[in-house]
Amino acid sequence: MESISQLLHFFPLIIVTIGSLVVMMVDAFSKDTAKLYYLSVFFLIAALAASISDVFGPAGEAFYGMAVYGGTSAMGGVIVLLGTLFVVLLCKEYLTAIKHHVGEVYSLILFCTVGMLVLVTANDLVTLFLGVETMSIALYVLAGLIKRDKAGAEAALKYFLLGAFATGFFLYGIALLYGAAGSTQLTAIAEVTDGGLIYWGGLAMLLVGIFFKISAVPFHMWTPDVYQGAPTLITAYMATASKAAVIVALIILLGRAFPDIHSDWAEVFQVIAVLTMILGNVIALVQDNMKRMLAYSSIAHVGYIMVGLVAGTAAGYSGVMYYLFAYTIMNVGAFGVVAYYERQKGLDFTNMENYGGLGYKQPMFGVAMSIFMFSLAGIPPFAGFIGKYQVFAAAVYEGYIGLVLVGVITSVIGVYYYIRVLVYLYMREPESDTVFQQPGMVYKTAILVLAIMTIYFGIQPGALSEIFTQGFEQLQIMAATGR
Amino acid sequence: MIALDWYLALSAILFTIGVIGVLTRKNAIVIFMCAELMLNAVNLSLVSFSAHLGDVHGQILVFFSLCVAAAEAAVGLAIIIAIFRNNLSVDITRINLLRW
Repeated sequence: MESISQLLHFFPLIIVTIGSLVVMMVDAFSKDTAKLYYLSVFFLIAALAASISDVFGPAGEAFYGMAVYGGTSAMGGVIVLLGTLFVVLLCKEYLTAIKHHVGEVYSLILFCTVGMLVLVTANDLVTLFLGVETMSIALYVLAGLIKRDKAGAEAALKYFLLGAFATGFFLYGIALLYGAAGSTQLTAIAEVTDGGLIYWGGLAMLLVGIFFKISAVPFHMWTPDVYQGAPTLITAYMATASKAAVIVALIILLGRAFPDIHSDWAEVFQVIAVLTMILGNVIALVQDNMKRMLAYSSIAHVGYIMVGLVAGTAAGYSGVMYYLFAYTIMNVGAFGVVAYYERQKGLDFTNMENYGGLGYKQPMFGVAMSIFMFSLAGIPPFAGFIGKYQVFAAAVYEGYIGLVLVGVITSVIGVYYYIRVLVYLYMREPESDTVFQQPGMVYKTAILVLAIMTIYFGIQPGALSEIFTQGFEQLQIMAATGR
Repeated sequence: MIALDWYLALSAILFTIGVIGVLTRKNAIVIFMCAELMLNAVNLSLVSFSAHLGDVHGQILVFFSLCVAAAEAAVGLAIIIAIFRNNLSVDITRINLLRW
């Protein structure tokens, strides 16, 4: 009976699961794809409302310790669902324009979201594994959505082969940790702090699998290719929701299974954070393709996020949560604007060279793009700045000054390629006199809302970051008492 | 009774063969087979740990991992077919549209 009442804490997950099945069945019996779009939006809004109410609800463990709810998990759910909702809202118009408005997209996105929601509640290595795989398998299909497009199929193949490779490491890590701890539960693993080769090998393999999913250097090779080849809004989905889900799972994993060996893993994380920040930012400098540039920028952002993880305190983790929130809204927005430019006829509008004068053609999108770019670059008063400030401040407080110095220098380098987009948008002559199609009402509104959120949470970060801090403290209290 | 170490050693050797295969082979299907070999090597570890610890959870995890491997195979082979239709080849050295 207890497990049935515990189901009440997993409403968002249940709603999205039912939603994905309903959408799949309706798709099988109906020709009207627009109906699926409205259904998905309805289910996602319901799930988002449920998960926002969970943030203010109790926190604890459920299902014999397989899952956690409330606190960090609920906030992770909010970030994932917010990203998914905006991607789905933008999807309809974009997919119709590229003539791939098929019903499967919606059920696949919802299946993928189910995986992400399992991931953010994982309190057991089995749940973690299932969440990662449910998410990844749906994403492999989504990446190859346009199967006649050579680049799309190639992106899907690369993602799939490297993903399967990483899954091997991930599962081997789980097996070895299970052998060392005698259990797959995170709290049971926390009791072991040195189990010799099996323990350390398992931890290393598990982290390799996770680093691959969040595309930290040197496991980032797939990211630019996949992000460039996949349909733009699917890329937005991969870059935001899936990364946010895995990083929230990583926070729960590190906070609950490895809190006592923080000084050991923090050293590894430092090295990887430095490599990720430098490589992501430097290679992004020379990219001309917008999607590829945003892919390298997303690698760089993972580096900044890892600085917050290195700190390993409540402030660091809540900074990471804030960063993920800000990153999700601004990146979905940036990809949304790119997707709008991309579907115009005439020129290849994923190439930055062709962005000349576009800022004046559609003033609203130009301004929105500027806001997203400034925010991604981490310039105040936008949300991206607050996120970056919080993770860096947490790391400085813990004495990782060298690391933060690298972070600050690389983000200064990063400003160049974000501002470069704006130079093209406003200071170059147009390459052609293409007449731009008007965007639909929903598309415009969604981009506008994202832009306003980027500004609002940059000016008013207080309430939100307080909620994030409290959420992590709840998680820690749970870890300390073992319940 | 064979000691746990032998099972783990066999599993590690199979896993390594899988890794080397993924890194050196050129045919997408063979690469995928090597990745599956890695998963099966891990299953062997899980089962032997499970028997050694007298705990059933490891064996249950093997079922999950088999399911995941099957789902991955379904999606993966479909992607490889799509690649073959586009390129008339599954040689990964010839699939090089996206770089840098």
